[in-house]
Amino acid sequence: MARLTDENIRLAQEIIGRYPKPRSATIPLLHLAQEQDGYVTNDAMAHIGELVGASSAEVFGTASFYEMFKFEPVGKYLINICGTMSCALLGAEELMHHAEERLGIKMGSTTADGQFTLERAECQAACTEAPCLQVNYRYRYRVTPGQLDTLIDDLSAGKLVSEIPAHGVVASVRQHIPADRGVGAVAPETVTENPVWLDGKAAL
Amino acid sequence: MTTIDTTDTNDMPPQDPNAVSITINGRTVAARKGDLIIAAADSVDEYIPRFCYHPRMSSVGMCRQCMVEVEGPRGPMMVVSCMTPVADGQVVRTDTPQVKRAQEGMIELLLANHPLDCPVCDKGGECPLQDQAFSHGAGESRFVEEKRHYEKPIPISDLVFLDRERCILCDRCTRFADEVAGDPLISFTQRGNNTQVMTFPDEPFASYFSGNTVQICPVGALTASPYRFKARPWDLEQRESTCTTCSVGCRTVVQSSRDELLRFQGVDSDPVNWGWLCDKGRFNFQSTNSDDRLSTPQVKSGDSFVAISWSEAMETVARTIRHAREGSIAILGGARGTNEDAFMWGALADAVGITMKDAQLDDGLPASVFSYSQATIDSACAGGTVILLAPDLKEELPVLYLRLRDAVQKKRIRLIEVSSHETGLTKYAWKSVRAESGTTAQVVAALLAEAEISTQLASGSVVVVAGRPNLAEAASHTMEAIDAVVAAAPSASVLPVLRRGNVRGALSLGLAPSNGKDAAAILEASAAGQVDCLILLGADPLSDVADIDLARRGIAGAKFVVALDTFLSASASHADIVLPAAAYGEKDGTTMNLEGRVTSVVQKITPRGTSRSDWMVAVELLSLLGYETDFSTLSDVQQAMAQKFPGFGSTTTSVAVKRDGVVVSVTPPTSTLSASSVAGPRNSYEFRLDLSRKLFDRAVGTITSQSLENLAAEAQIFVHPLDLDRIGAADGANVRISNSHSSIVLPIRPASFVPRGTAWVPFNQLGADVRELVRRNVSVVDVRIESM
Repeated sequence: MARLTDENIRLAQEIIGRYPKPRSATIPLLHLAQEQDGYVTNDAMAHIGELVGASSAEVFGTASFYEMFKFEPVGKYLINICGTMSCALLGAEELMHHAEERLGIKMGSTTADGQFTLERAECQAACTEAPCLQVNYRYRYRVTPGQLDTLIDDLSAGKLVSEIPAHGVVASVRQHIPADRGVGAVAPETVTENPVWLDGKAAL
Repeated sequence: MTTIDTTDTNDMPPQDPNAVSITINGRTVAARKGDLIIAAADSVDEYIPRFCYHPRMSSVGMCRQCMVEVEGPRGPMMVVSCMTPVADGQVVRTDTPQVKRAQEGMIELLLANHPLDCPVCDKGGECPLQDQAFSHGAGESRFVEEKRHYEKPIPISDLVFLDRERCILCDRCTRFADEVAGDPLISFTQRGNNTQVMTFPDEPFASYFSGNTVQICPVGALTASPYRFKARPWDLEQRESTCTTCSVGCRTVVQSSRDELLRFQGVDSDPVNWGWLCDKGRFNFQSTNSDDRLSTPQVKSGDSFVAISWSEAMETVARTIRHAREGSIAILGGARGTNEDAFMWGALADAVGITMKDAQLDDGLPASVFSYSQATIDSACAGGTVILLAPDLKEELPVLYLRLRDAVQKKRIRLIEVSSHETGLTKYAWKSVRAESGTTAQVVAALLAEAEISTQLASGSVVVVAGRPNLAEAASHTMEAIDAVVAAAPSASVLPVLRRGNVRGALSLGLAPSNGKDAAAILEASAAGQVDCLILLGADPLSDVADIDLARRGIAGAKFVVALDTFLSASASHADIVLPAAAYGEKDGTTMNLEGRVTSVVQKITPRGTSRSDWMVAVELLSLLGYETDFSTLSDVQQAMAQKFPGFGSTTTSVAVKRDGVVVSVTPPTSTLSASSVAGPRNSYEFRLDLSRKLFDRAVGTITSQSLENLAAEAQIFVHPLDLDRIGAADGANVRISNSHSSIVLPIRPASFVPRGTAWVPFNQLGADVRELVRRNVSVVDVRIESM
């Protein structure tokens, strides 16, 4: 679909400037692309490859390792319901069935209006608060079917916009690091194969 | 970790400060610091099973199959032998029950998801996974669950198919693409159980080196379309040979079954190709098998050809030669044959008094390029500075590109490139300068005057890689640039990169022009009616000479044309007599690569029809012309060759030549270049024409190989994006390209790798022929481009 916008190219260059090697910025730039389009488009990956000096295949290889990057459009709100042990024991299955019936879709799919996507998630590390779920990776704890209905109503009515931005937005506040604090580009000659701490030490 | 002081032992201190001694299964093994255990074990034939380890690539420890036991302070410890370097006094065991258990466990794990479809797998019979499952596996699996399933082979390029079910994720292909080829178009995607090798969506693995991934794949996951389901490994017979597609001279094995060539595989020759081949060299064996091959002598009768016998054909040729006026016979070509072919035709030329001969087709450099101090591929890659005054090596000599790229990546050399447009090596160059065609010598002179450059040149050895970068530019510009470098760095040596496999051998052994009469001069003489008999030794001037008008006039002006060729090429179809020549794989002999390295080429299959080796035709002609000859076998020719060229020596017969060959120094007679022409300045509304080859074009070996014939792009003209705006044409629109000679129409494309003011056209592609605009009497060609 879309390559990065002019504004995002500027941001991308700022992000790249934080790292000694441009390709270290691959993952932050993938987040930027996902924020722009709601998912990571092929064009955006090709563009990121151009920006960091990697091939499209390498960017795709990196991106596809991570569950949080989506390569198909997802809903504005991605609801991840945890199905691992604690949540499963405390009603996650029931919650999932309820969500499926309420939204009229199966787990893993998106509503026709493009508002909601349901996913079954592995442990979200909130076992004491089971059953839990995330909406665009923002937690909701000890969720009952009734609370899930309220949550969906609130999201639909736009009441939670300030708390839960659309899918792809990592944080409402963008991190800005002054240019003088970034490492910046490093001359290729001074980049060694190994990390600094390994320098001069044998592998064994 | 502290260093162990070994001075108090009784052993003599090692001579080499990097020498280490380790013990493998009780045997003492000498190794060097930095060597890996697996390499040390290989050196004494202690085989450690492996899948991901490849001696020409970095170690990654992906497959874990090469586990061995190393004595440590707390007892034996399992280590991955492809990731662990040797250390003095190290005690390694590869045969303990623990090692066996680890290796069997790894095989069982790798086979858990492997489909075991060996009976229908092309790799079956030569498969490292199959072989090592038998030699190092437990023989059975505890895995009873359903295996992972993927869509069966999916094409990842025009040549390569990927079967993800068979893949064991060893990282060899992806590592090759990234580290060796520099085309990281395949990568691991997804993760965990779903990890798979994949290209970017809709971006195929269109690397010139993709065939190597098929060869190094340790399972049947990657297969190449030209060989799929063609043969089983145990039906193949093979002989080691040398690829003569270009002048790098990569070592190969030629494999055949039932008298048909089926596959070429790269062989690791340390001074040359390191086991790699380009796709053109790997897959153009199909050309030898082509149905279009000439199989019998033919004589022109009206507009068509009629088959005749060899004796009739040879009588006719001999009669023509006998009746030709003095000095009116010309020989073009010979660079596609063996040294023996070139030598015998050179001998024929000497006997008959033929002085008009040239193995090049006005598309290389004069043979005087061999009179500079000569470099080898190894000496160029060893260190110092390499100056590129050459065509795009990635397109024309792909394996030399790999070697130079590797030397840059390992920080051994610095590249200085002077070229008319960006090339495959530009991004690896320390300095890359654009010189408009016709100004190379001046740009080089200015560059050499820079303090930074002269410091760099003085810091080590200097090698000039010299070839003909632009076919629409006179060779004198490159020669002057070489002279400028040699004047600035007198110790500089030259690595000549000329077109065609055995061009150096042909020029060195008798087919170099004499008295400055090169191919262009010969064609000019022929056009003027001075040639009674034009002999084309596999040469196709109509397809290869940049000045097509000259080629046409030359061929038309010759009273009698004899073509000795494997195919009825454009030029051969104008011949009066066509003689079928034995192709690559159908004849024995030796060849000489760009360094002057002599290696063997071998016959693996029967020559097509009644086709013969070129040297046999020369011998027979000599005898028909009444000269006494006692050449009846190849070794007779080789003995005569060694006698005439002492540098060649008796060690260079095809029997004696070993894998890496011998670099010989036979300097051909040098001829002075016709007057050096100065390129005039370009009008600002014109474009300077830049005409150079891509790997895949309409070359006969490519278009007669069915898997390669569609890889060539259609003819297009490339200009800088800003120039495209100036012309006012849309991307892909047809434009009119014209100068005072002619005018043609081609689609135009923007390309930022082309500098402003230059128009680059790939040579010999399907479509309108830009050679209509090229004339040899000017040193550069300027054209106008108009939107239509």
